[in-house]
Parts: sequence; structure tokens; C-alpha cells
Amino acid sequence: MLKINNISKTFNPGTVNEKKALENVSLHLLSGDFVTIVGSNGAGKSTLFNAIAGAFFADEGSITLAGEDITFKPEYKRSREMGRLFQDPMRGTAPNMTIEENLALAYLRTAKHQNAFFSRISKADRAFFRDQLALLDMGLEDRMRQPVGLLSGGQRQALTLLMATMVPPKVLLLDEHTAALDPATAEKVLAITEDVVSRNKITTLMVTHNMKNALSLGNRTIMMDSGRIVFDTRDEERAGLTVDALLEKFRQGAGKMLDNDRILLSN
Amino acid sequence: MLYVTQTALELGFLYALVAMALFVSYRILDIADLTTDGCFVLGAAVSVTCAAAGHPVLGIPAAMIAGSAAGFITAFLQTRLGVPSILAGIVTNTGLYTVNLMAMGWSSNVSLLKQATVFTMFRDTGIGGGWYKVILAAFVTVLMGLLVLAFLRTRLGLSVRATGDNRDMVRASSINPTFTITVGLCLANALTALSGAMVGQYQKTIDINGGTGIVVIGLACLIIGETVLGRRTVTKGVIAVIVGSVIYRMIYAIVLYTKVVPVDCLKLLTAVIVGLAIAAPSIRDWVLFQRRKATAGRKGGR
Repeated sequence: MLKINNISKTFNPGTVNEKKALENVSLHLLSGDFVTIVGSNGAGKSTLFNAIAGAFFADEGSITLAGEDITFKPEYKRSREMGRLFQDPMRGTAPNMTIEENLALAYLRTAKHQNAFFSRISKADRAFFRDQLALLDMGLEDRMRQPVGLLSGGQRQALTLLMATMVPPKVLLLDEHTAALDPATAEKVLAITEDVVSRNKITTLMVTHNMKNALSLGNRTIMMDSGRIVFDTRDEERAGLTVDALLEKFRQGAGKMLDNDRILLSN
Repeated sequence: MLYVTQTALELGFLYALVAMALFVSYRILDIADLTTDGCFVLGAAVSVTCAAAGHPVLGIPAAMIAGSAAGFITAFLQTRLGVPSILAGIVTNTGLYTVNLMAMGWSSNVSLLKQATVFTMFRDTGIGGGWYKVILAAFVTVLMGLLVLAFLRTRLGLSVRATGDNRDMVRASSINPTFTITVGLCLANALTALSGAMVGQYQKTIDINGGTGIVVIGLACLIIGETVLGRRTVTKGVIAVIVGSVIYRMIYAIVLYTKVVPVDCLKLLTAVIVGLAIAAPSIRDWVLFQRRKATAGRKGGR
């Protein structure tokens, strides 16, 4: 589904601040793969996501999505086929627009709506949004005319997730999307995530700092350090791993202990 | 007094289009678009020149097309060439001075003497009697208000609104911000030019410097309207600019009539009001902080 071939990215090349954020990273996702990503501070997890989403173009290497070379495709065009959630719940929704209007924007992604610049939210759209919101089980279906700015962080993140998956994307990128939420809400958003992803069989990449989640969610785990993938495990092999074993694998791969302060604080 | 009220209503409706343009650029897109001053004159120049040549009706859409072209240049400068948005407006504005002179046949003012204008044409239909100017001005402005509202509810309109509301989200929902900013600025400047076009034919004359300070007056109308009506929804926003503009012109008329403030000082007064209104949140915070400091000092236990 998603093929990343040897991509590299260096920030501020030729200056004292030069940083090799990604070094020859290759990753091949099968259709329906749900991959969790853990890594040390500054390992390049978010940079990898930015490269996939097209926030910048990689210096070297290529990216293919479902057979199409998207290496030089601009971000807004890639996002037709990609959903992305950030850690900050405020980044994914427009606060001064209503829930309904936000959903309508996300719905723009579908091919048949692509040229319908002047169409408005129809009754059918509204009914569809209502059904989708009801699935979140947060009572949002009765607040469709309210501005999103009035919702809590958890509600906003759940709404963003719905917006990203309502038209199932080819790839879903989750960048620590529950990290800014309180534990109970995080749990709930994670449950919704699992449900949505498995229902639509969406190919998903999820960065997390929770080692237990990293092993329990999805079917594959990769670990990153200093812009490289140091460990990659999937299916049966992964099922036998414990958190300690995973940390040991990291030490072997990276030649050092995992130094992510969030991980240390959360375990 | 009746005459004064009537004039205030006429000007209020005509200039409301500038405030509506600023509502689109400043409130919805969150861009301070300083193309306004030059664009207003551009609209007036095109419309008056067309009217002088005997095509007053044609002058109106022509002015709007010219205005959106100016908006396109500003948008192009800031989205494609990386010019900061305020500077982009100023650059276009400066260039427009020459373009406006050109549109006016290289003279610094053009007057309509006996030529027909949209207003005289409307008077000849006999609708509205002595209020014909108010009716035409209100009709054009309300119609534009309805069209702008209808537009903001389409998917393209929603995309434009989201661009000003959350740029990150827009990129992640397959909307090209370059495109939506361009659409928004073209729309805003078409409205400004329309205002200029109507005012030009209304006053039957146009001066090359006729647009100076229009952007601040437009902002004043926007802020007055929002203070009266609130700014929670776009519908309220659009009604607010019309109401605000009429109120501003009423105040202007009262000042003119009673001479409480010398008329020559009115632009300074407008600037002060707009400055204070935009600074209001900071001033309120400062006052609260000072009060907090004062209470803390008293409880200091010395």
C-alpha cells in the first residue's frame, strides 16, 4: 500500500545546525497494516510523518502510495488520500465553524465532490454526518450547529478522527494523537481509533509513547532512533514480545538505551 | 434633517460594501488587506470612465472585474512570491495609483456632467420617489450581502472560512490554501471596487485621492456593527457591517450638522476609535492586571 524507499532528509544543510532527521529510511506497508511506532527523543518519527504527508519533500528516495509515485506531490493533494491527526487537538478542526461545517469540509475529499465548489450541505449529507457522529457516542450528533471551539479536547480529537476517516483514506497517520488528553479520554479515543481502523481496514501508522499500547494495538511495531528504523517486528513474532524484551531489542538495534522522557514517565 | 438622514442612509449602504469586503478579508481570511484604498478608487475610476463614455451599467461589473484583478495580484504576491500579506497589499496599492490615473485618462479627477448614471437611470423608472438613491443603494448592498452569505455556505466558501480559521487543518483536508486565499481576496476586492463604482456614479465625480483612509473607515464600520450585533455567526457578521456602516454615516452626519467636532478632524477621530476598539482586549487585560497588582499590594501584609 505505502512504499517508502530509502528516503533521507537533512535540515539546515551546511550550517552548524545541520540535522540529519531521516537517513535512508525504507518501509513497506501492506494493505490493512496497523503499525505502531516508538522511538527516542528526536528519532525522526514526526519527520517521517511529515515526509509521508508531504509537509516537505524528501532530499532523496521515493514514496509510492497504492502504486502511484507521490514523491513530489504537494501536501494538499496527498491529503485527499491520507488522514492525519496531530497531538494537539486544536490543529485538526476549525474552531469558529460548526461541527457540521467541519465535517462538510472533510467530506470534500471524496472524488465525486471534488468539483462541486458551489454545492451546499444537503439533507442527505446532514443525515450521514449525524449517523457518523452517533458512532462516537459522545452526544455530538445533537450539537451539529455549535462551533467546534466549544468542544473539549477529547471531543475535538474524536471529531478530527471522524473527519480523517469518514471517507476512508488509503493511509491514516496518527502522531501521538492521544498524548494531550487525560487518561480516561485518551482510552476512549484510542478505542474509537481501533474500532474505526478495523471497521474500514485502514492502513495506519501510529506514533505512541505508551509501550504497552505499542505492543497491544495493531499488527506491527517499528522502533526508530536517530533517523533510522532500528527494529521492525510483526504478527506472531511480535505477539511473543514483552515491553522489556522490546526495550532490549531497541538497545541492540540502536546501541544505546531508549531515552524518551515521555516513555520513561509513563511506564 | 430629513435630507441629512437620507444622505447618511445612502452613503451608509454604499460604503457598507467596503466593510463587507473587510469582513471577508480581515475577519474570515484573517488577512489585513491594504489593497482597499487603491482598489476603491480603481472601482470608481473604471465605473465613472465607463459612465462618461455612456455605459453606466456596464461600468459596475467592469469595476468589479478590475477590483478582483487587483485582489488577485495581492494574493499572488503573498501566496506564490512569499511577500508578507500586509506588504503585498501596500505594494499593490502603490501600483494601483498609476493604474487608476491610467483608467481616468491620466487626469487626477473625472466628473460626469450630463451623462447618465445608474442612479439617474433608476430615478427615471420612478420607483421610490425622492428616496430612489437610498433604495438603489440598499438593494445593491443587501443583494451582495445575500450573495456573500450564500457563497460562504458553499463548500468553496467553507474552505475559505477554514483557511482563516485553521491553516493546518486546511492543508490536511485537501484544500489548497493558495487557492482559497486567492478566491477570498478576489471576492473582497470585487466588493471594494463595487463600492467605489457605486460611490463614483453617486457623486458624479472621482478624485485620484478619493480612497485615502477608506480601509480604516471600513474597519470602523465593521467594529461598530460587531459591537452592536455581536460576531458569532457569519450571518450576523454580514448584517453587522451594513448596520455598522449606516451608524457610522449617521454619526458623521450628526457631526457635520451640529459641528461638535470640526469636520476636518473626523479622520483622526475615526483612526483613534478604530485603534482603541482593536486594542480593547489588550487594554482590558492591562486594567485587570493593574487591579490585581493593586489588591496584591494591599494584602501584602506590611
